[in-house]
Amino acid sequence: MSSTFVGMPSFPKAASRAVGNAQLRHNLHKATHTIRDKRAAAVAEQPDWDDLRAAGAALKNRVLRHLDLYLEQLEEAVQRAGGHVHWAADAAEANRIVLSLVRATGETEVVKVKSMATQEIGLNEALAEEGITAYETDLAELIVQLGDDLPSHILVPAIHRNRAEIREIFQRAMASWGRPAPADLTDDPRALAEAARLHLRERFLSAKVGISGANFAVAETGTLVVLESEGNGRMCLTLPETLISVVGIEKLVPTWQDLEVFMQLLPRSSTGERMNPYTSMWTGATEGQEFHLVLLDNGRTKVLADTVGRQALRCIRCSACLNVCPVYERAGGHAYGSVYPGPIGAILTPQLRGFGSELDESLPYASTLCGACYDVCPVAINIPEVLLDLRAKVAASGAHKGEKLAMAAARRVLSSPGLLGASQRTAGRFRKLTPRRLPGPLSAWTDTRDIPAPPPQSFRDWWASREEK
Amino acid sequence: MASRETILARVRSALADVPSTETPDDVPVPRDYQHTRPGPDLVELFVDRLMDYRAVVHLDTPVAELARGRGRLMVPPGTPGEWLSGVDVARDDPPLTATELDHLDGVLTGCAVAIAETGTIILDGGPAQGRRALTLVPDHHLCVVHREQIVRTVPEALQRLDPTRPHTWISGPSATSDIELDRIEGVHGPRTLEVAIL
Repeated sequence: MSSTFVGMPSFPKAASRAVGNAQLRHNLHKATHTIRDKRAAAVAEQPDWDDLRAAGAALKNRVLRHLDLYLEQLEEAVQRAGGHVHWAADAAEANRIVLSLVRATGETEVVKVKSMATQEIGLNEALAEEGITAYETDLAELIVQLGDDLPSHILVPAIHRNRAEIREIFQRAMASWGRPAPADLTDDPRALAEAARLHLRERFLSAKVGISGANFAVAETGTLVVLESEGNGRMCLTLPETLISVVGIEKLVPTWQDLEVFMQLLPRSSTGERMNPYTSMWTGATEGQEFHLVLLDNGRTKVLADTVGRQALRCIRCSACLNVCPVYERAGGHAYGSVYPGPIGAILTPQLRGFGSELDESLPYASTLCGACYDVCPVAINIPEVLLDLRAKVAASGAHKGEKLAMAAARRVLSSPGLLGASQRTAGRFRKLTPRRLPGPLSAWTDTRDIPAPPPQSFRDWWASREEK
Repeated sequence: MASRETILARVRSALADVPSTETPDDVPVPRDYQHTRPGPDLVELFVDRLMDYRAVVHLDTPVAELARGRGRLMVPPGTPGEWLSGVDVARDDPPLTATELDHLDGVLTGCAVAIAETGTIILDGGPAQGRRALTLVPDHHLCVVHREQIVRTVPEALQRLDPTRPHTWISGPSATSDIELDRIEGVHGPRTLEVAIL
C-alpha cells in the first residue's frame, strides 16, 4: 500500500472536498445510520448497561493510574507462559522489532489480522521497504489494500465503498496480489465475500508468520484477546508457527474476571451484536507456537501525562462515536488525516502526534460539541471536554493570530464607552455600505455567515434621546 | 532493554499527579452490574440466540445420528464413543496439516461452556475439543453442548474458565458486515455451525 496520511491538508479543507462527493455522502449516511440503530437495540437489551459502562471506565482508570505496575505484571505473566516481550518507544522501533522477528523466520510473507496499532505505525509500508509483503486478511482491510486506498473507519475501514466499487476493485486488483477474482463476479455481498474467501484460503493454510494487534491484554494472566467476525483472525492467530502481536500500552485490563465487563461492552457498542462471531484468547506460547508481544508507546505516555486528555486512553476502539457524529457522517474518515478518525480521532490524533501541523491543530475544531459521542462511549470518555481543553491549548500555542488581533481590538473598544459609542455611530452612518462578504483572509468568516447590518441607532443613543424627550 | 526502561520512566513521570501512596485498589471500581439475572429458561434462550445467528440447532437428538452421513469428520481426542457409531472419523494423530484439515468435510466437538444470553459457545482445548485449528479449517462444525454447560451471562462464563488455556468463543457461523453493513454468514471460518443440545 503506497497511500499515506502524511501531508494531509487541514480538516476543513479535506472535509469540504469530501462533502462535495455525493456517492461518499450516500454510502456514509446509509452505513452510519444502519449501525447506530443496531447498536441502540443491542444496548437497550442489556439491563445493566450504565453499570457496565461505569465499571469499564473505572477499570481503565485503575490501569492508567498504575500503568507501570500493570505493564511489569503483564510482561512477567507473558514470559512465564513462554512468550517473548519487546518494548517499542516509537513507531520506528516497533517496525524494526517486527522486521527483525520476521527476518529471523526466513519468511518474506506475513498474514495480518486487522489492527489499529500496526496501521498507526505504518508497519505494512515499513515491511514492504525491506521486501516483506504483509497481506491484510480482514475483508474491509483487503478492500482498502487492493484498492490502494486508506481506511476511513475504525471498525469498517472500507465504509466509504459500496458493493459496486468493491466488485470493481476485486476484479482489477486481486490477480496482482494472488488468486484472481472469479470472471463472473457480481456485486452481491455474498459473492464478494466468497471471492475473498477463495483469494485468501491458500495464503492462510501456508502462512508461517502471523501479525496481530489485541483488543485487550490481561495484566494478571498475560492473556491476549482478539475479537473478530470473519475467522481471518483465528486463521492468523492459530495456523502460523510464529505470532507477533503489536499492542498499545493502554490496552491492559487488570484481571481475567474484568474481561466480563469489556466482553459485554465492546461487541454491543461496536457491531451492535450480542456477541461478535469469534473471539480468541491465548496466554503466551500456545500449542507449540512461538509468540512475541511488542508493547508500543508511540506517544501514549504523552497522552497519559495530560490529566484531562488522559481519558482518551480508555478507548476500546468500538467506533460508536464515529457512527453518531454529525461531522463524521458528512466529512467521512479520510478528512481526519489519521487511522483514528471521528470524534475519538479528533482528540487522540493531536495528542499522540502533538500540534506539529495545520491538520493536527484543526482537529479539535472538527466537532459541533453536540456531545452524542460522549453519550454512546462505552467507557464514558468525555470527548467534548477534551476537545475544549485541546482548543485552549491550540489557542495558547500561538495559532489563530488574526482572530487574536481582532479580539484584542474588540477588547479595547468594548472597555471604553466613548470608543464604543463612536464606532457604533460610525457603523450606523455607513450601514448602507456594509459589504455582504469580507475581503482577503477575513472572507473565511463570511463564507458561511452573513454580516449583520448595523442598526441605524445604537441602544445607548436611543436611550439617551428618549430621556431628552 | 533500553526502551523498556525508557517507557516505564515516561509512564512514571506522566503519572506525577498520582499520589505515591495510592495503590490500584485505591481507584474505586463500582461493581453494580449484574453477575446473573432472572430470565427465560436457559435452553430456550440459548436456542433463540443461536437461531438469530442462523446456526442450526438440534435438541436431544443422538449425536451419532446427526454425524452419520456427513462425510469425513475430524474427531478430537476425548470424544465419547457413543457419538461416533457409524460415523466416518478422522483423527488428529499424528497431527494433520492445515491443508489436510481443509480436505475434511467437517469437525465434531464438545465445548467447555456456553452462554445463553449471547448464544456463545466457548472451546478451551479440553476433552472432545482439541487444538484450535480443528474447529477452524473444516467448513462444517457440529458442536455438542450439554445442558449443564449452559450459563446465562458473560460473567458466569468467565468464572468457569481457566485463563491459562487457549479459548475460542464462537457466536454463530463466520460472518462479515464489511460490505454496506449487510451481515453475511460464511467467510473464512466454518460456514455452517450446527449445535446439538443434550
